[in-house]
Amino acid sequence: MTVTGAPMWAVVPAAAVLLVMALAAAVLDAVFDTAAAGGGGTAVHGRRWSRPLVEVARLMRQRGRTTVEPDRLLWRIGTAGPLVAALLMAAVVPVGGTVVADLPVGIVWFNAVDVTLWAAVWLAGWGPNSVYPLIGGYRFVAQALGYELPLMFALTAPAVAAGSLSVGEVVRAQQGLWFAVWMPVAFVVFLGAVAALGVWGPFSSPVGRDAAGGVLAEAAGVDRLLLLTGRYALLAAGSGMAVALFLGGGAGPWLPGWAWSLLKTLAVLAALVALRRRLPVLRPERIVRLGWLVALPAVLLQLLVVSAVVVAKG
Amino acid sequence: MQIALFCVLAVVAVVSGAAVFVVDSMARATYALALSFVAVGASLLLLDLAYLGVVTILMMVMEMAIMAVFMIMFMMNPAGLMPMSMLHNRRGAPAISGGIFLALGALVLLVPWPERRGTVPADPTRAVGEAIMGSKMLVMIGVSAVLFTTIVAALVLATSRGRYGDDEPAGYGHGESHGPHNGHGGGHDAHAGHGGHGGHGTHAAPPAAEGSGT
Repeated sequence: MTVTGAPMWAVVPAAAVLLVMALAAAVLDAVFDTAAAGGGGTAVHGRRWSRPLVEVARLMRQRGRTTVEPDRLLWRIGTAGPLVAALLMAAVVPVGGTVVADLPVGIVWFNAVDVTLWAAVWLAGWGPNSVYPLIGGYRFVAQALGYELPLMFALTAPAVAAGSLSVGEVVRAQQGLWFAVWMPVAFVVFLGAVAALGVWGPFSSPVGRDAAGGVLAEAAGVDRLLLLTGRYALLAAGSGMAVALFLGGGAGPWLPGWAWSLLKTLAVLAALVALRRRLPVLRPERIVRLGWLVALPAVLLQLLVVSAVVVAKG
Repeated sequence: MQIALFCVLAVVAVVSGAAVFVVDSMARATYALALSFVAVGASLLLLDLAYLGVVTILMMVMEMAIMAVFMIMFMMNPAGLMPMSMLHNRRGAPAISGGIFLALGALVLLVPWPERRGTVPADPTRAVGEAIMGSKMLVMIGVSAVLFTTIVAALVLATSRGRYGDDEPAGYGHGESHGPHNGHGGGHDAHAGHGGHGGHGTHAAPPAAEGSGT
C-alpha cells in the first residue's frame, strides 16, 4: 500500500481521531479498573465506562490550583507538552494510505518529538515549585535515559529493513510479511518505550502514589485534564506508530486501509491499557539497568540480524 | 516566504540566546538555550536538510534536558529557590561576543558571494555528507560504533554498584555476580574502591561485546 500526504485541512480530523483514541483508551482503562476509586482517590459513582466523561466534566469545572512562587511559564509549557507532543507524533502516523505530513524523515521526526517529552515532563514537575512534582520530573528524566536508546534502535530496525526513514516507505516495505514477525525484539522494545512515553504501567513512577502523584500532585482542573489527556494521547499516537512500523499499517483483507489502521491501533492500545495493572511499577534506576543491560544489547543484536538479512537479500 | 521564516527563526535564536543571560532561573536559562538551538535546527530545514535539522532538534532538546539536571545540581542554591545570575566577566564578555557578532554580521554582508553554479542535488543531506566526509565515511561509521560501545561500557562500569551497594538484590533479568563482601557494611561506602569485587569488571563485557558487533 502506498502512502501519500494529505492536504493542510487534514490536521483537524487527524487531531479529532487522536483525541477519540485517547478517550477510548481512558474508557477501557476505567472498565479494567475494578476498584471503586477514581483518579483523585475520590469515590466515583455511575458505570465504570462513563467515568472518564464524568472526570472530564469534573475537571472542567474544578478550579485550577496555584502554589507559592510557581514558574508559571514553564509550568504551562510542561502541562501542554505531552498533548502537543502526541499531536505532533500523530502527524507522521499514516492512517490507511494517507498521512498528515509525508516527511522524508518521518521516523526521525517521531523520535525528535518523543525527546521533547524529557523537557515537558521535567518542566511540569519543576514549574509548580513543589517537592513531589519535582521528584516526579526528575524520575522521568532518569528513566528516559533508560528507555530512549533502546527506543532509538528499535526505530532504526524497520528503517534499515525498508531502506528509508519515511514512515510511508516502511509501510510499503511490509507487503507480504509484517516487520513484527521477523523483528519481534524491536517490536516488543518499541511497545515498552510507548508505555514509557505515556508514563504508563511499569514506567509510572513519575506519577507514582509513593510521591503523592508526582508530576500530577499539584495539577488540578484543566491543567490536570491536559496532562491526563496527554498521557492517553501519547499511548494512542505511539500505538499508531507501532502499527505503521511493525504491523503493516493499513494492510489487510476485505476492509479499507483506514479501517485496518484504526482497528490495529485500537488493538495495540487495548493491550497496553490491559497490561497496566498486570505489571509492577519499576524504580527509575531499575529501568535504566533493564534498558541498558537487557533491552539495549537485545535490540542491537536484532538490528544486526536485520542488517544481515537486508545485505543478504541485496 | 522562506526569507520571512528564516528571519523569524534567526530572531528567535538570537533573542532566546540572549535570554539565557537575562533570566534569573537556571531552568529558564537552560530551556531558553534549548529554544535557541531548536530555532537553529529549524533553519536547517529551510536548506532542505530535513534529516540534519530534525536530528539537531532531537539532540539539543535531549542535551538541554540533561544539562538542566547538572546545572541545578551544581548551583549555589540547589533547589533554585533564590534568583541567580548567569553573568561573569561583566565587561569583557559582552565586548568579545558583541564584537564577534558584529564582525560575522559584517562578513555576511561584505563578502562577494559567488553565483550558484549547478542545481540543488536530489538529496542535499547525502551531498553534504559526501562533501564533508568523502572517503572517510567508513572510518567515521566505524568510530561511531566504537564510541557508542565505549559510552555504554563506561556507564556500566561506573554504575556497577547500585544505590544500595552490595545489598542490591541480584537477579532481575541480568546475571550480575557480586564478589565477596569484604566486610563492606551495606551501601554506605559508595566511594570505597572496587578492590576485591570479583564480579565487577566482568559484567561490562556482554553489552560491550554485542555493541561492537553492530
